Amino acid sequence: MNLMKKILTAAVASAMIAGTAQAAISNNEVRIGYLADMSGTYRDLAGPNGLTALQMAIEDFGGQVHGAPIRVLSADDRNSADVASSTVRQWVERDNVDMVAGMVASSVTLAAVRILEQNDKLGIVSGSAASSITNEHCSPNHIHYVYDTYPLAHGTAQAVVQEGGDSWFILTADYAFGHALEADVEKVVLENGGRVIQKVRHPFPTSDFSSFILQAQSSGASVVALANAGSDTTNAITTAGEFGLTQSGQTLAALLLFLTDVHALGVEAAQGIQLTTGWYWDMNDETRAWSDRFMEKTGVRPTMVHAGIYSSTLHYLSAIEATGTDDTQTVRRHMMDTPINDMFAQNGIIREDGRMIHDMYLAQVKTPAESQNEWDLYNIVRTIPAEEAYRPLSESQCRLVNN
Amino acid sequence: MSMIFGVPVAVLSGQLLLGLINGAFYALLSLGLAVIFGLLKIINFSHGAFYMLGALLTVVLFNTLGVNYWMALFLAPLIVGIVGVLVEYFLLRKIANEDHIYSLLLTFGLALVIQGVLTNIYGVSGMRYAIPEVFRGGVNLGFMFLPYYRAWVIVAALVVCFGTWFMIEKTKLGSYLRAGTENSKLMQAFGINVPLLVSLTYGFGVMLAAFAGVLAAPIYSVTPVMGANILIIVFAVVVIGGMGSIIGAIVTGLAMGVIEGLTKVFYPEAASTVIFLVMVLVLLVKPAGLFGKEA
Repeated sequence: MNLMKKILTAAVASAMIAGTAQAAISNNEVRIGYLADMSGTYRDLAGPNGLTALQMAIEDFGGQVHGAPIRVLSADDRNSADVASSTVRQWVERDNVDMVAGMVASSVTLAAVRILEQNDKLGIVSGSAASSITNEHCSPNHIHYVYDTYPLAHGTAQAVVQEGGDSWFILTADYAFGHALEADVEKVVLENGGRVIQKVRHPFPTSDFSSFILQAQSSGASVVALANAGSDTTNAITTAGEFGLTQSGQTLAALLLFLTDVHALGVEAAQGIQLTTGWYWDMNDETRAWSDRFMEKTGVRPTMVHAGIYSSTLHYLSAIEATGTDDTQTVRRHMMDTPINDMFAQNGIIREDGRMIHDMYLAQVKTPAESQNEWDLYNIVRTIPAEEAYRPLSESQCRLVNN
Repeated sequence: MSMIFGVPVAVLSGQLLLGLINGAFYALLSLGLAVIFGLLKIINFSHGAFYMLGALLTVVLFNTLGVNYWMALFLAPLIVGIVGVLVEYFLLRKIANEDHIYSLLLTFGLALVIQGVLTNIYGVSGMRYAIPEVFRGGVNLGFMFLPYYRAWVIVAALVVCFGTWFMIEKTKLGSYLRAGTENSKLMQAFGINVPLLVSLTYGFGVMLAAFAGVLAAPIYSVTPVMGANILIIVFAVVVIGGMGSIIGAIVTGLAMGVIEGLTKVFYPEAASTVIFLVMVLVLLVKPAGLFGKEA
């Protein structure tokens, strides 16, 4: 009888252990949803090649985590918050997706992370720029990984003001990202003793910038800042060149430029432009080695977003491996407790507001004489230390931060 | 400096000129749409794709074969025109007697296919095409710096627009065209090859789009999606001008360019909306459009 009792107890106990081990990875599978603009204005900076970066991370991790297979779903958000909402809702409610990666247009991201929070799933934002994502819109369910408007403004705007550009004309893309960037830039300009003469908001997307460039020219500002992204920025830079904006003594400052934008513009048109980036493919042996593998698969050099998607996915999978669960809060806690050291970041730390802070770089586009090949585009002028680059927690409006 | 509503007159005149230049693009594109709708009753939703093809061909022909701008100005529209004739012959002709909605859906689907395939090949970051040597630089007009190329755009567009209007409204060929669509049986009885006329008209309409595309290549970033962005605006222009009205398309195109340009000064946030606002107002007051004939 006593023996029987012991056997039964042991059986129940082992069943419970087995049970919890199984339940640790929900559905016995880790499911990652990749959400990005796959066909529109922001396709090239993340898009299908971002999915390749994500799959590279999974391959490098061995194809499975803690014994469970990894499945990837992907969708085109078409830069629409509505499409993003319905996709993410379907993913978390029907397909049991554990983590959503990618996310580019800030308006899309804000819509997606709201649904992730309602369902307690994780979002790792790599493409978006708005600093509000981890400020007033922070949540315990998302991480902002690659960059945001705060370092963009601090890196580039500060450099330009210190070089003597004291009166600013800001041309802003009229949506969440543009507004956030405009606000961050204005703050930096004022703090450094400059002033903002005029702010103009253009519809997103705009193909003809001649009218805005003309307004910038007649404003008399010494700096014309572009608080927009993607083809809006490249179109504006081309038009500025056509209308002789820089020849007439005004400085052009593009606040967000991706490698793919500079590549599209060409060094001839883009030479000398200063920009802030979170990563560049040609920084050291590690970045070059990864970029070569990426280029073999895609035919292009990776942007900071591509590298960030790869790095953040590895970091996420490592956290599942270490904790043995895909439970959102356990994984997020472990990701925050573990510094990130890979080809993307050195001593990268995820703060309590969800912001991953790491060193940023002030870069300058090479001249045609300096550039050795079509992707040899940047000189790194200055490394901006992580603590200086990102909004300090003491200024945070995030509800997760005790201020 | 004298001011109008707080904006210096010099700035305003610059914006008016730029508006006119943008309007020239709208005019060229809506003219092609109006010709195709007016004569063939086809709502051509692939017009934007043909505009994009014109621009893309200009860049690709230059990059691969070294074809220069002037050659491209003839070659690209010609190639696109031939594609247009083939589309009409093999696809649109099959549904010529069906409701308008069929041609709308067919051309819309076609545009998505062309755009999707080319996006896969070329990406969306955009390709650059250098402004031709003779048009480098510009002239200072006192109130603005006018790049020579923009001046050329408006001249070229107006010449082509006027030529098209003249051909359709004032020449014998034009009268055949108009008669052929009015009563094709009677025209065929007179020994005129109406199906050929129809094919050529469609080809000509999309040639106009491709021509606008070539003009756009040096100043806008050339991407497979550039046509989709402009198409809806151009449709609004055609509706405002009166579906199928040739002169309506030209005048409205220029006028909408100017209105959009002024909006960019006074309330830039609404620049992408203002044309649709005008469309709503025009439809309420004059449902057939400004130059349209009441049915």
